[in-house]
Amino acid sequence: MADLYTVNKSPFEKNSLEQAIRFAGDGASILLIEDGVYGAMAGTAAEGLIKGASGKKFYALRSDVKARGIAEDRLIGGVELVDYAGFVDLVEATDKVQAWL
Amino acid sequence: MSDVKKFMYLNRRAPYGTIYAWESLEVVLIGAAFDQEVSLVFIDDGVYQLVKGSDTSESNMKNFTPTYRTLGDYGVRHMYVDKASLEARGLSQDDLIQVAWEDWETEEEVDNIVEVVESAQVTELLGESDVVFSF
Repeated sequence: MADLYTVNKSPFEKNSLEQAIRFAGDGASILLIEDGVYGAMAGTAAEGLIKGASGKKFYALRSDVKARGIAEDRLIGGVELVDYAGFVDLVEATDKVQAWL
Repeated sequence: MSDVKKFMYLNRRAPYGTIYAWESLEVVLIGAAFDQEVSLVFIDDGVYQLVKGSDTSESNMKNFTPTYRTLGDYGVRHMYVDKASLEARGLSQDDLIQVAWEDWETEEEVDNIVEVVESAQVTELLGESDVVFSF
């Protein structure tokens, strides 16, 4: 099994997403929350982080995406939106949670 | 009190994730009571503060995007947005809210005081300000 990584910082302000992707193992789930959801937007200077990652599944917390005015059709393809219940499901389905701040 | 100073509020943080954006707004609103020349500049993640379409209904946070729209009524005359910061985030002026301004005495009106500018102009604006508040 693999871990769930949560990332809550903007990829433009901190390298948390970049490093979480670099150190996450195969099959890892990476959930973007709070300002981390900016990393899920397509067409940005940071989109290569997720687009270039392999063997990992990406999620973004819907309420945080909506609060920041990011329309669903502007997310990078393959990033799955989850609600709070989906967050809990991810926690349950993975070995443990690693919070990358 | 006769000297009008140029106040510049420099915003570099995304909204909601931290308290900086909201605190900056609060200070701008308070400062508006003092009859100074107030401008705001948004660079780096600060440009996210002006993105329209925010919906906080599912996150238990106050949606403060509408508050930015009122800044023109509080005497804020200019809101500058760094073009390079916008472009790096896949954004353009179309993604941003509009803020109207009106001078009640002269009835001069401006439809939208949100202006996208080059980085060199940001440098100039900061340079010619008397006071820069950084958030």
